[in-house]
Amino acid sequence: MRKLALKDEILMQVEKPARYIGNEVNAVMKDKATIDVRFAMCFPDVYEIGMSHLGIQIIYDMLNQFEDVWCERVYSPWVDLDKIMRKEKIPLFALESQEPVKDFDFLGITLQYEMCYTNILQILDLSGIPVLSRDRNDADPIVIGGGPCSYNPEPVCDFFDMFYIGEGETRYRELLDLYKENKASGADRKEFLKKAAQVPGIYVPSLYEVTYKEDGTIDERIPLEPNIPSIIEKELVKDVTDTFYPDKPVVPFIKVTQDRVVLEIQRGCIRGCRFCQAGQLYRPVRERSLEMLEDYALKMLKNTGHEEISLSSLSSSDYTQLAPLLDFLIENCRERKINISLPSLRIDAFSLDVMNKVQDVKKSSLTFAPEAGSQRLRNVINKGLTEEVILDGARLAFEGGWSRVKLYFMLGLPTESEEDIRGIAELCNKIAAVYYETVPKEKRTGRVQIVASTSFFIPKPFTPFQWAPQCTKEDFLDKAYQTRSAISDQLNQKSIKYNWHETDASVLEGVMARGDRRLNQVILKAYEKGCMYDAWSEYYKNDIWMETFEECGIDMGFYTTRIRTDEEIFPWDFIDCGVTKEFLLREWHKAKEEETSPNCQMKCSGCGAARFGTGICVRHKTSGIDLAAKAADGSKVERKALSTSLI
Amino acid sequence: MKVRIKFSKYGSVKFIGHLDMMRYFQKAIRRAEIDIAYSEGFSPHQIMSFAAPLSVGHTSKGEYFDIELNSFTSEADLLNRLQSVMVEGIDILQVQLLKEGEQNAMASVKAASYLITFRDETILPTGWQEELMSFYAKPFIPVIKKTKKGEKEMNLKDSIYQLEIRGNSGIYMLLDASSGGNIKPGFVLDSFFDTLNYKLPEFAFTVHRIETCKNIGTEEERKLVPLIWEK
Repeated sequence: MRKLALKDEILMQVEKPARYIGNEVNAVMKDKATIDVRFAMCFPDVYEIGMSHLGIQIIYDMLNQFEDVWCERVYSPWVDLDKIMRKEKIPLFALESQEPVKDFDFLGITLQYEMCYTNILQILDLSGIPVLSRDRNDADPIVIGGGPCSYNPEPVCDFFDMFYIGEGETRYRELLDLYKENKASGADRKEFLKKAAQVPGIYVPSLYEVTYKEDGTIDERIPLEPNIPSIIEKELVKDVTDTFYPDKPVVPFIKVTQDRVVLEIQRGCIRGCRFCQAGQLYRPVRERSLEMLEDYALKMLKNTGHEEISLSSLSSSDYTQLAPLLDFLIENCRERKINISLPSLRIDAFSLDVMNKVQDVKKSSLTFAPEAGSQRLRNVINKGLTEEVILDGARLAFEGGWSRVKLYFMLGLPTESEEDIRGIAELCNKIAAVYYETVPKEKRTGRVQIVASTSFFIPKPFTPFQWAPQCTKEDFLDKAYQTRSAISDQLNQKSIKYNWHETDASVLEGVMARGDRRLNQVILKAYEKGCMYDAWSEYYKNDIWMETFEECGIDMGFYTTRIRTDEEIFPWDFIDCGVTKEFLLREWHKAKEEETSPNCQMKCSGCGAARFGTGICVRHKTSGIDLAAKAADGSKVERKALSTSLI
Repeated sequence: MKVRIKFSKYGSVKFIGHLDMMRYFQKAIRRAEIDIAYSEGFSPHQIMSFAAPLSVGHTSKGEYFDIELNSFTSEADLLNRLQSVMVEGIDILQVQLLKEGEQNAMASVKAASYLITFRDETILPTGWQEELMSFYAKPFIPVIKKTKKGEKEMNLKDSIYQLEIRGNSGIYMLLDASSGGNIKPGFVLDSFFDTLNYKLPEFAFTVHRIETCKNIGTEEERKLVPLIWEK
């Protein structure tokens, strides 16, 4: 039987000891004597969060399909165990073998949000791996980063030996073979890093130097070795149907955030909302086949025993096979008493009908994400959702028996005025009015409940708003107060509840999101002073962060509130995510002109992702839409082709 | 129809709490494709009843739960199917089709037997064995038991059905485990060492549940047997 890394006394002292014991259903055990490469895959947050992440399950499954590789999981020890491990000098271990991470060949860390950066240092530190890449030697694992935040890896580049840019399914085999070859030939770590830097999608930060202009912006990036690419192109799965997907995901003992089968129906999004990073990073949109999804749904339910299945994608309503897929799921899940959890679908007659079939109307609430309060501002952000559509959807929903509506907005979007903020309150009020118009008095069960939530807009790399200044903390607070007071001016104010996010963390997240190499020292120092679990508001220590920035002589405003010129070289410009900077700049200018752009289904906007030759970019060519797009305004015949293919 | 399932819990899964064990078995029953009955209503759940919760950190060879089935194959088939979807540390030991009218597992529980083992590093007062036996020999052992409603004075002796020293550092106990009078083995030990004015250090011993029992005798003359019992 496996021996646990932690003694019983320790496990009995900490909260939720099951976080640290492994041995879950479908966890992969291998005989390490038959293994060439040991891979520790880490999500740098607590177990319940990390175990809910689909990406890790995909990579875990893929790597373990390789006979010569054993991939194990690692999560951040919660603060109680963290303290004990430091005091008793217990090295961080992987869940499956319970053996120290330091003895592994690779430590992969996924970067899902900026606020996890200090937890990366916690992982390295507890593992006994030098936190700086340059201090590591041949006995240390290769530390590799991935995930959405690795599209701007510079703020944490000193802590990683390399980053894998893009989707993990494509290059790991090649990278691991290179590692084995290098090891067999007796070559050292440095040699491996140099060779790895030539694998497509792999970025080795230590092989580049960055110089700055007097104003603090980037002057130049210089590769320090020959044959090192100056641009790193993201990796992408061309065929998302014939690829790796876990049919036996690990089933946690304890309740985790995502305690269900997750079926990723497509990657990418056609919408092109200008604030959304995922919408750009994962272009072009690629659908998995209906047959594959049906097959995996049944297998995954059987192999996990989960009582719920959820569809995952950035915009599920845009999946072309959604209706037959839902029919299949409803039919197969009813008898087995399996719940279908629906992701944020566009609210229309179809989705309301489906929701009616799968969930209890009385209990559930409907969600709209208008993101901005006025049509003008929704045009700026290219959110193709009109007030008419929202009110129509609300009317249909109220007729169908719903009486709870959630609305998501952002404050601090570029060009936002007081009028736009008032628009948030007015829209909430109109929805409430629709309820009272639609539902006769005798059928009402009390007041309609409208919950409006606002988050603060943070510009992200690889979006048209990467040039936009972020609001100051004071602006953010002021906007939240304006929203609150506008809501209290409404006739139906008693039906509207308003929540807003905290501001301090939004400022730090903004710094990290568009940060550069100079932030490494700040993050390290903040960690040394005790910052960790920054994504958890109860552990976020804003004072320490502010003090640390000051000590390091770094002005946070440089990264957040500063106005950037069109010509500025950004720290992440060396990464090619498929979407060109020219396209993003075009979109930025259109945004300021309040002009919208069509979505990929309507018309190609020439973002650059077509060069991958897959997904919707190819579908267009075969359906004639591309012709329509090329002909700019198009002839009548071509327009006809466009409209029919949309049906 | 109802079946009763007996299982063991050992190794690392001893850190899985009672609610999570229930969730584990709900999922296991789905994986094993057992034709379990569901409750009516909008959010139906599996009809399942666990005998007696086991504390986190304890191991056991005598855990039970009942499930209600729509259709029944055989005891052996159910055992094999469930066992094939278990993780290391949980084994299905026995399956029994229950007779019509049999009390459910939780209501049936009257007692449980435990083996307590002191850790090697635990230092105990010399002569504790003799002291323990004379403690057990007393007809009246007054203790204050903390319940949800408050504190209650009781005679602990009434709840200890059997107590023996096993080997150098083991104690066997058969204790009341009924829903109204459940006594934890740790409570017995603490009460005993209190009489010696000795405070046991934390994590001084491990607890292994040997069996969970029902009473097939009378209130006055108990006959305690395992929850799955064929005479």
